[in-house]
Amino acid sequence: MRAMVYRGPYRVRVEEKERPRIEHPNDAIVRVQLAAICGSDLHLYHGMMPDTRVGHTFGHEFIGVVDEVGPAVQNLQVGDRVMVPFNVFCGRCWFCARGLYSNCHNVNPNATAVGGIYGYSHTCGGYDGGQAEYVRVPFADVGPSKIPDWMEDEDAVLLTDALATGYFGAQLGDIAEGDSVVVFGAGPVGLFAAKSAWLMGAGRVIVIDHLEHRLEKARTFAHAETFNFTEYDDIVVQMKKTTDFLGADVAIDAVGAEADGNLVQHVTSAKLKLQGGSPVALNWAIDSVRKGGTISVMGAYGPMFSAVKFGDAMNKGLTLNANQCPVKRQWPRLFEHVRNGYLKPSEIITHRIPLEDIAEGYHIFSAKLDGCIKPIIVPSAA
Amino acid sequence: MHPYTPQKPPLPRSTEELRDTIPGWGVDLDPADRPAVPRLQDRPGLDGGIPEPAERQPERWPRERSIEHGMLTPVFGTSCPPKGLSGRIRRLAYARYSEARAAHWLLLLGADRVDTLESTLGSFLGRQPDNLLAETGVRSELSHGGFSSRVGRGRADLVHQPLDAVIVLGPWVLAGYGAVTAVRRVARLRRTG
Repeated sequence: MRAMVYRGPYRVRVEEKERPRIEHPNDAIVRVQLAAICGSDLHLYHGMMPDTRVGHTFGHEFIGVVDEVGPAVQNLQVGDRVMVPFNVFCGRCWFCARGLYSNCHNVNPNATAVGGIYGYSHTCGGYDGGQAEYVRVPFADVGPSKIPDWMEDEDAVLLTDALATGYFGAQLGDIAEGDSVVVFGAGPVGLFAAKSAWLMGAGRVIVIDHLEHRLEKARTFAHAETFNFTEYDDIVVQMKKTTDFLGADVAIDAVGAEADGNLVQHVTSAKLKLQGGSPVALNWAIDSVRKGGTISVMGAYGPMFSAVKFGDAMNKGLTLNANQCPVKRQWPRLFEHVRNGYLKPSEIITHRIPLEDIAEGYHIFSAKLDGCIKPIIVPSAA
Repeated sequence: MHPYTPQKPPLPRSTEELRDTIPGWGVDLDPADRPAVPRLQDRPGLDGGIPEPAERQPERWPRERSIEHGMLTPVFGTSCPPKGLSGRIRRLAYARYSEARAAHWLLLLGADRVDTLESTLGSFLGRQPDNLLAETGVRSELSHGGFSSRVGRGRADLVHQPLDAVIVLGPWVLAGYGAVTAVRRVARLRRTG
């Protein structure tokens, strides 16, 4: 089959690779119809995530058709069209039994600090991902759902991570009616978090970034007030001014490990790999939120330490909520919101790229060329 | 300016205006409607009842695992088994150091760099040699506005983007320098010996 493979930092290509096989009785093999490149894939692409092996296939956002099922699979049949959460999860460990599917204990031998994620290095379990013609889906009776007839494919593929994560991020903000919510990062997750904050009754939604095309999307798609941090000497002071010097009630970090805004933080983490991630957005969140406020961290960071301003967080009495999103738990409610027209995830897609051009797709997304916000990948066999 | 008061600052738009203008405003106002609340649900299994433990996936090669796990998990990924020098470093990182130790992650990051070098060099001996330029996708700079996407836009990332080229090319320059130096030294030793 044709599959994207990682060849080293900033280098990927498409090559012939052995079709995945049934490894476990509850596995399925899915023929991928649509996949996406996630902002967090760029951390792998840039060589930031430990144990990212040459030859690994990325891709944790994908939908497709069931091509083969293991002997124990009961809920799916060959030919079913399925959407697959980015979490690999068993449905029967301590964590899954409590709805924490993203923290499943039965699927990632390489680390206990994170669950299993498709195409996200061996640190997340060593599963090849969906930027390929076929992908192995473990626990096929548990993770995937059949795509509802009324749902469009491009909406379905964004429900497998980006929309679910943004919606989850807004929930972790514990937003109350009339709260002011500041979202750091106007990428896909930030846009969806901002849009979701309104559903939870936010009174103000503010989005911060440095890319004008993304801030424009935040205004038109997410109805948000926007600030370009490069236009201010100190974006934290600007947030204080904007909130009558109280600070925002809720801050959401939707940037993660490669945040800009502080050159030393960025270079020591994203380039030199001396930190797990550049905590610029997280530190701005800590300093922008009011005392007693809540911070929701959706940005992905590596497992190494990062220079976070934890003293400020303690002194301000902040609540920090964070997790990888347990995607399937969000779906029933999110399906309602998509069907009712409150959320239309495909509106943020800017680029549709053939699998064979994956190297260009990664570069366009990584270098933020051509107004890129969300690229999706179309495999050649789709 | 007034001293600080117990009130929150007034909202730019009233909640009535927000409800009228933003589709779905407040539909998840009640935390009971939010699927992430409460954070810990009480669900013995996804389909009710106490589920059977997961069946074990066959281990086709010795599978490295965190020493913070009591066992190999019943299901695991089978992408890219460890191989070569990078594989030996990875196995050491997993066998010796827990996730709590910086040595664990630094060894794994080091193994990633070694993997890149040995895999790329190895590719030149195989059927699919690496094309370093094509694999960076840099040709999209010409087709997707590399210049216009950057110039005059006040982007904060432009200052460090040149370092990306150093990251891609740097190891090859260093490796080349090392190889040339080694060859010269060997030649010098032969002349003097």
